Parts: sequence; C-alpha cells; structure tokens
Amino acid sequence: MKVLVPVKRVVDYNVKVRVKSDQSDVDIANVKMSMNPFDEIAVEEATRLREQSVATEVVAVSCGVAQSQETLRTAMAIGADRAVLVQTDAQLQPLAVAKLLKAVVDKEQPQLVILGKQAIDDDANQTGQMLAALLDWPQATFASKVEVTGDRVKVIREVDGGLETLDLKLPAIITTDLRLNEPRYVTLPNIMKAKKKPLETLTPEELGVDVAPRLKTLKVAEPPARAAGVVVPDVAALVDKLKNEAKVI
Amino acid sequence: MSILVIAEHDNAQLKGATLNVLAAAAKLGGDVHVLVAGANAQAVAQQAAQAVGVAKVLVADAPALENALAENLAAQVLALASGYSHILFASTASGKNVAPRVAAKLDVAQISDIIAVDSADTFQRPIYAGNAIATVQSADPVKVITVRTTGFDAVAAEGGQAAIENVDAVADTGLSAFVSREVAKSDRPELAGAPIVVSGGRGLGSAENFKVVEALADKLGAAVGASRAAVDAGYAPNDWQVGQTGKIVAPQLYVAVGISGAIQHLAGMKDSKVIVAINKDPEAPIFGVADYGLVADLFQATPELTKAL
Repeated sequence: MKVLVPVKRVVDYNVKVRVKSDQSDVDIANVKMSMNPFDEIAVEEATRLREQSVATEVVAVSCGVAQSQETLRTAMAIGADRAVLVQTDAQLQPLAVAKLLKAVVDKEQPQLVILGKQAIDDDANQTGQMLAALLDWPQATFASKVEVTGDRVKVIREVDGGLETLDLKLPAIITTDLRLNEPRYVTLPNIMKAKKKPLETLTPEELGVDVAPRLKTLKVAEPPARAAGVVVPDVAALVDKLKNEAKVI
Repeated sequence: MSILVIAEHDNAQLKGATLNVLAAAAKLGGDVHVLVAGANAQAVAQQAAQAVGVAKVLVADAPALENALAENLAAQVLALASGYSHILFASTASGKNVAPRVAAKLDVAQISDIIAVDSADTFQRPIYAGNAIATVQSADPVKVITVRTTGFDAVAAEGGQAAIENVDAVADTGLSAFVSREVAKSDRPELAGAPIVVSGGRGLGSAENFKVVEALADKLGAAVGASRAAVDAGYAPNDWQVGQTGKIVAPQLYVAVGISGAIQHLAGMKDSKVIVAINKDPEAPIFGVADYGLVADLFQATPELTKAL
C-alpha cells in the first residue's frame, strides 16, 4: 500500500508573529520556518505503517515556494521514501491545495493519504476534508489512533465530549490530531540519507490546476490588546477584586 | 438571500452552539433556515423551531444520518444547497469535519472560524493562533462558513415559531461506518459554553493533584479545562484541552492554575472577560494577559481560594 503525506512549510510554532504596519499581512521575513507540527505527526504515522509493513512506500508532497524542499527533506529524514514538490510562488488557499493534491493522488494512486488536521498559520482545518470530497473518498478527521486491516481502516477520532470510532473503506483520507503519536527526532545520518532520496518537482500548470485565490484578504490586524492587569498580594485580595471590582463571582 | 444553518445535535437535544451560529446568521440578514439531519430527531426540530430568528426548519430523517458521518451529512447538505447564499456550521468538531467537504463539492472556498460579520461577503477570522485577525472577502456565489461560537452571543432558545418541513433524506454513501462513541462523563457545565472555567496545567504535577483544580471549579460551578501539557502528561482527558488545537472558550471568568501561558494556550482563552492566573513563576507569560495575577504556590493558594469563596 502506498501512503501519501502532504506537508506544509509554516512559521515555527514558537514564533510570535507580528502584523505588518501597513496591515497587508503578517511579517514572516527572516522568521524561522518549520514543518507544520500536525504534518510531522502525519509523516511519523506513515513511517510507522511502513515499519509495520502495512505501507510499502511513503511519498511526501508539498505545495508552495522552492524552500518547501527543506520541509520535504525533513519528511524524508523522518522516513518518507521520496518526495514531490508542486512549486509555485502563488498564495495557496486550502481549495487550491486540495485540487493540487487531487492531481498528485490521480498520478500516484495511493491507498491512504494522511494530512495534518490544520496548519498553524492559516488555522483553516479544511484541506483534508476538501481532498476527500474532490476524490469522493471517505474521511476520518482528528485521528488519535489508526488501524489498517485488509482494505479497511479503523480510526479513533477526537470529537467534542470524547472519542468516536469509524470504519472506512480504503482508499481513504485521514487527518491527524496531536495525540496520534510522538514524532521521532531526525538523526544526522538520516538527514544525510534524506539528501540522496528522490525529489520530483512539478508545477500547478503541469497538473492543470488553477490556483487563483478565492478569498481576498482585505486587512490583517493585531488582535485588540488586553489592558494591563495587576498582581494581587494574596488570596483574600484576589477574592475581594473578583467580587467587588470585576464582579464575576 | 437565504441562509442555511446546519443544526448541531445528538438526535435528542439541540446543542447550544447552534444558537450562536443563528446569531451570526442574523447579522447577515435574510431568511434563516435550519437543517436538522439525524435519526428520530423530531425533538431537535421542535427546539430549533423555537429559536429566535428561524424562518423554517428542514428535517431529514434517516438511519444513515444518525451519527453525522461527514460523507452522508455533506451529501444531505448538498442536496439542499441550491438557492442558499450562505451555508453556516458551528466551528465544532462536527462542523469542521463537514463544512470543507460541502465547500469543495460546490467548488467554493470555505471560511473557517469567523468571529465577526462585516457584511454579507466580508468576515473576520483569527489566524496564527489568534495573533492576527484577518478580514477576508469572498467572491464565491455561496459562502460556506464555520462560526466560532464564542464570537457571537447566542440567540434566545425560545420565542420563535418556525414551520417544520420534512425533506427527503439522501441514501447512505456506504463509504464509512460508525463503530462506537466513548463519551467522557461529566456533571459539570460544558467547557465551550460555561460562564466560568478553571484550568490546570503542568504545574499540577499529577492527575491526583488535578483534584485541587476540580474542587475550585465545583465551588464556582465552573467547567474544568486543561493546558496541552496537562493533557499530554495524562493529568486530564483530551476534551478538556483549551487552546489553538483544543477548545476555544471566552467565559466571564477564566482561572489558569499552574499554566505558563504558551501562545497555543492563549489562543484558546484570551477573549475571556476576566482572566486570573495563579502561578509561582512571576515571569510566566500568562501574567501578560491576566487581569489579576497571584504569584504563589498553587497547592496552597488554590485550596485557600476554594475555602474563601
């Protein structure tokens, strides 16, 4: 079984981004970039399926600027066998990415696609579901456990108020939640090996996909700042403030 | 212009989140219809019909719709989609699961987690864990939207008198099957809608110690939350997690106990009206957003606070 894992290059999760003064966007020049944390979990899960001999090949794919190659190399250092980059400088929105991924799926014919549940930059939480819709495949989002048996996959999902188990017919789409696994650290020898693994580059034009954005961003602003708070000396003072000043209890 | 709101329910009870979505729908202006897709969910339809601002309730009743499987529910929404300018879901696990599937089939962009309606085609939504607010405009003929429930005050659950109409249910797609559900039991108010939330973090040290947080919550009639660190360490169940990847809350009072205040946690609670932090580290970032901070050992301060209330 072939597993396809889409990965995204995003601003590192530890970076607190700033909004540009002209309010056109956030400022990500000279900011540390990394693989989206949920995608790391997706690569890890695919690699584990490969190690259990459930998967025979793991292909990482990324859509975006040339530097996304680094993200794909990381995926290959974790365990992906090869990588595909759909290279474009265009601003990609989830629908466009889902269409690009559908074209890659049509080409590669995987049985399973594992994506992160959301990217920590646009916080959209859409691409996996959209890809499932475009392919007419079943989906299991927010997965915390995945079990492949024959031509079916059982997935435990994190939902509001607890957990839910679904049984899907392959081929299928899975999106990862945080608790699916703990991604391994990449080792230096594996980073070296990843440099030799094949990386194919395609373009949206070659795939015949129109990636023009559908949503126009009119403005990006700072969220309203909270007024500075006070430090209270003890519990009694805290209770007094909550009762008499804030009047919330 | 008409708007379709997808009701969130468990076949017996309409979830409160739907009332927040109705408030967002009201800001758009136009006829608001509610779709109740489920199995034997007539009671839910009755409740939806009483919500203020609803013009019509559509009921699709079939066993295949019982568990809100994305494939079947999306197909049901698509079967009704023509004629609607806006299709709204709550930004809950269920809404987030289905909405993008509907949008992709309609070949439109989906707008996630809106916190404000500027006009019928322009919306505000947080990006980068809430560190920036983007104003986006959609040129698509249909706007498929998920609504952040804490961004809109719920409409009244009673006072409306909408007509209830049965619609044909779609056939089971057969692509996926529901196996089981494990519901975390709780007598406390639901985290997402609670007026007071008390959350614990890594500072608690163990699941056993989490009891000091629970005791304070019970005294306040509050819901209990947790940081990701506390959940990952096994101190608290997953669905208590507050943050970018967990639940987004905006209660009247949020008490953070032993939580440092990472960006990802703040994303889930910084719109709370009053924030209280109890932490022994005066440098903890949580003090940057707290209205009232108490630099103290939580194992002394929390029980003391519980007693003082």
